Amino acid sequence: MQEITKLTIAEALQGLKNKNFTAVELTEAYLKNMAQGKKYNAYITECADVALAQAKIADQNYAVGKARALEGIPLGIKDLFCTKNIRTTAASHILDNFVPPYESTVTQHLLDDGVVFLGKLNLDEFAMGGSNETSYFGPVINPWSKDKLLVPGGSSGGSAAAVAAHLCAGSTGTDTGGSIREPAAFCGVTGIKPTYGRCSRYGIVAFASSLDQAGPIAQDVRDCAVLLNSMAGFDEKDSTSCNLPVPDYTSFLEQDIKGLVIGLPKEYRPNGLNTEIAAYWDKAAEMLKARGAIIKEISLPHTKYALATYYVLAPAEASSNLARYDGIRYGYRAKAEGEHLDELYIRTRTEGFGKEVKRRIMIGTYVLSAGYYDAYYLKAQKMRRLIRDDFMEAFKQCDIILTPTSPITAFPIGDESMLQNPINMYLNDVFTVSVNLAGLPAMSLPIGLAQNGLPLGMQLIGKPFDEGTIFKTAAAIEADAKFERI
Amino acid sequence: MAEYIITTDKGQWEVVVGLEIHCQIISQSKIFSGASTEFGDEPNTNVSFIDAGMPGMLPVLNQECVHQAVKTGLGLNAKINKYSEFSRKNYFYADMPTDYQITQFRYPIVGEGKVDIDLSDGTTKTIGIERMHIEQDAGKSIHDLSPTKSYIDLNRAGVGLMEIVTKPDFRAPEEAGAFLRKLRSILRYLGTCDGNMDEGSMRCDVNVSVRPYGSDELRTRCEMKNVNSVKFVMQAIENEAKRHIEVYENGGIIEQETRQFDPTTGLTKVMRKKEFAHDYRYFPEPDLPPLILSDEYINSVRNEMIELPDAKKQRFIETLGLTPYDAMVLCENKETADFFEQATAGHDAKKVANWMMGDFFAMLNKKRLDITQSPISAENLGALVELISKDVISGKIAKDVFEIMAQTGENPEKIVEERGLKQVTDTGAIESIIDAVIAANQDNVAAYKNGKTNLAGWFVGQVIKQSQGKANPAIVNKIVREKLDS
Repeated sequence: MQEITKLTIAEALQGLKNKNFTAVELTEAYLKNMAQGKKYNAYITECADVALAQAKIADQNYAVGKARALEGIPLGIKDLFCTKNIRTTAASHILDNFVPPYESTVTQHLLDDGVVFLGKLNLDEFAMGGSNETSYFGPVINPWSKDKLLVPGGSSGGSAAAVAAHLCAGSTGTDTGGSIREPAAFCGVTGIKPTYGRCSRYGIVAFASSLDQAGPIAQDVRDCAVLLNSMAGFDEKDSTSCNLPVPDYTSFLEQDIKGLVIGLPKEYRPNGLNTEIAAYWDKAAEMLKARGAIIKEISLPHTKYALATYYVLAPAEASSNLARYDGIRYGYRAKAEGEHLDELYIRTRTEGFGKEVKRRIMIGTYVLSAGYYDAYYLKAQKMRRLIRDDFMEAFKQCDIILTPTSPITAFPIGDESMLQNPINMYLNDVFTVSVNLAGLPAMSLPIGLAQNGLPLGMQLIGKPFDEGTIFKTAAAIEADAKFERI
Repeated sequence: MAEYIITTDKGQWEVVVGLEIHCQIISQSKIFSGASTEFGDEPNTNVSFIDAGMPGMLPVLNQECVHQAVKTGLGLNAKINKYSEFSRKNYFYADMPTDYQITQFRYPIVGEGKVDIDLSDGTTKTIGIERMHIEQDAGKSIHDLSPTKSYIDLNRAGVGLMEIVTKPDFRAPEEAGAFLRKLRSILRYLGTCDGNMDEGSMRCDVNVSVRPYGSDELRTRCEMKNVNSVKFVMQAIENEAKRHIEVYENGGIIEQETRQFDPTTGLTKVMRKKEFAHDYRYFPEPDLPPLILSDEYINSVRNEMIELPDAKKQRFIETLGLTPYDAMVLCENKETADFFEQATAGHDAKKVANWMMGDFFAMLNKKRLDITQSPISAENLGALVELISKDVISGKIAKDVFEIMAQTGENPEKIVEERGLKQVTDTGAIESIIDAVIAANQDNVAAYKNGKTNLAGWFVGQVIKQSQGKANPAIVNKIVREKLDS
């Protein structure tokens, strides 16, 4: 591994500024790592030419003292973000060789700040999955794997694995039900899903529009702050983005947490919660307490309905969002087109979508159907409101909520129980989906290793648009946990 | 009006009709994208990435369309809903790029309203408006360019539509026709839709059922899609009603279905049976927040409202003394009403109306001209009426002057002056002509005095003829009688 790729983004920026190395050197170092790290299958598309051209421009800007906020920082982009003139697949066969003629707002913000694009990162197909095994381009390997190959989590599995294995300095992810936080936890890196509406969804291939949110995955809390500074902001092209000022998130990192009230939801500690995870949770709370925070038990009474609610609403929206992949205008079209338009649709979608995507389209279509709408979709919408109300009520008693990110550590690729019964896979989202349903910001950061030597993550859930409190609390835990990255 | 009752050997029947009218909104750009709404451009040139349903693209509501919809709602005397929301109507079709239509379902922007229609017997009837919502149009499929392929033009995809749904208040074909004309008139006054049914910017779906005369039941209705002229709508109602009656009288049942009207035969044929009806799986559009309108906004649109045909008609009757029929005809389109008001400024309104209803419209018809292209300006028509009122020219000469105006566009004063057409009112000059006529026709004078008093008219005619039409007929008449009776 190239030494300079071990630097955090903040450190690399300093190195570039001090002319310790050039952006081209930094980019080339990552490209070497990528060549050596092909076994992880983290990238779907690599774009070395684009990266080197961008790095050259970055060096010119450093030379004339016009460096932008992220000048020359090599990033990997989850392949759900449309990138102009760079193939975008959503890890699906149905998008085939789709090359967008436009740039997503979030990646445009990053480009405007001078980043270098190394390539497009692997994910679960259309971000539907929690293990990165549903990708048309094959699973991503968790860099923490030892004897058995482990999943990196999902859906932003490529984004988390690439950061963990230093195949990029940082990456973008998206999170609909935990897709940033779970892989960050499994790969021992840090990721934040901001408040719904904080980052524009324009140009991100939609999974479930009312839940999807972009966010960064990076080596540490500061890097997440640096990246989110660039990614966030109102966009008139996304009517659900919020017109609120974006504070400098790095300004929160050194802030004191004395007197901060940390809520621990009792419903997140069911009988049978893994004892190691429970112990780390307590340890994290102790760390905060030692710094003067106040620990308080809170209640989120509708937590037990969150998974069911999520797995009605997300597929419902997905079934509609994915209708456009019909073989008519772009992407894959069945070779044998058939006699009628309906046949073309059926063949294209049968061949183009993977199993999990089809499953969710079927569920979503079912719950929206006449006669079932009230029993499923409408009831889930009501439950979503109650879940959000739970949080709002809890935030009257605390400033931030601390929970584990996932009930398990990374599991082996091809796990029988999960492949045979998707519900077992869905259960891994138990701590993360409520946050999306409530539209709240939440971060996962590594707290330590389990007995099996695999990383565990802690989740910090903030009030709407209060990412700042998450950053300062996370910085405190990070400093005390002293987690050792790869 | 006289009731429309269909009488057969077996009984008497009444029709029950409701209309759904799709009206293309006049706006610069499409309802959810910035692409132009220009009609008739090269295929697929006015298409944004949003209209083409590209991955990651998001709709942004065009405020101009909202403004037009509110204006239209006010024009329909309807309730403007301060809360409305968008929904997705899911169905696959090649000219619908996202494979869902963004429309309004549960919460439309406009609620109940009413429109008065004028019927041929001089009565009026109030038609209830159920609701009006806004939505996007689909593209166009062209099936006749190739035997094996269909072509798609997306220029129309995403153009804003207002869908106006009436209550089932129509009891005769004539009422539906009168409504469509009235609606078109209102829309054109408001400038919210051009109302051209032949170009498809106004499209009508007709729902027809029948019931035994005197009953108040509602029987199964059939819907005829896209009937594209007022005449065809009336024809479709008439023939569909006959079909229903025939089925009922032969002991059959009418099934709910979608039918197609064939303009060449005037008949309808089945398009889609109920069991093949789509399940549209409506659900709230997650990409767009609810549309909230403030009282200030609604009032500001209200303040922009111009006088609509009904109010104008009433004013023409009450303050200008027009007959209801003349007022209705003059108010049907705004250009005509404006022309009339300009022509009548300072002049005798009833006389101006008579000229417009008579010679003026006949002239436009003959020349196949629109009122905006009239060779005779409103001011000149007013001036012509003024010349008659002031006895400068006779009504007979005025017809000649009008002809010249229609050919040359000149003002009537100039024509009268240059061609010496001024009426002779000088009694001395008239007297001398009369004396000459009497002297030359002593036999008729004798006959008159013997009791053939209707010969007075003959003398008047002779005098006017001798004056080349310029002698004032009233003066001639008076002096002729005086002289003959003396």
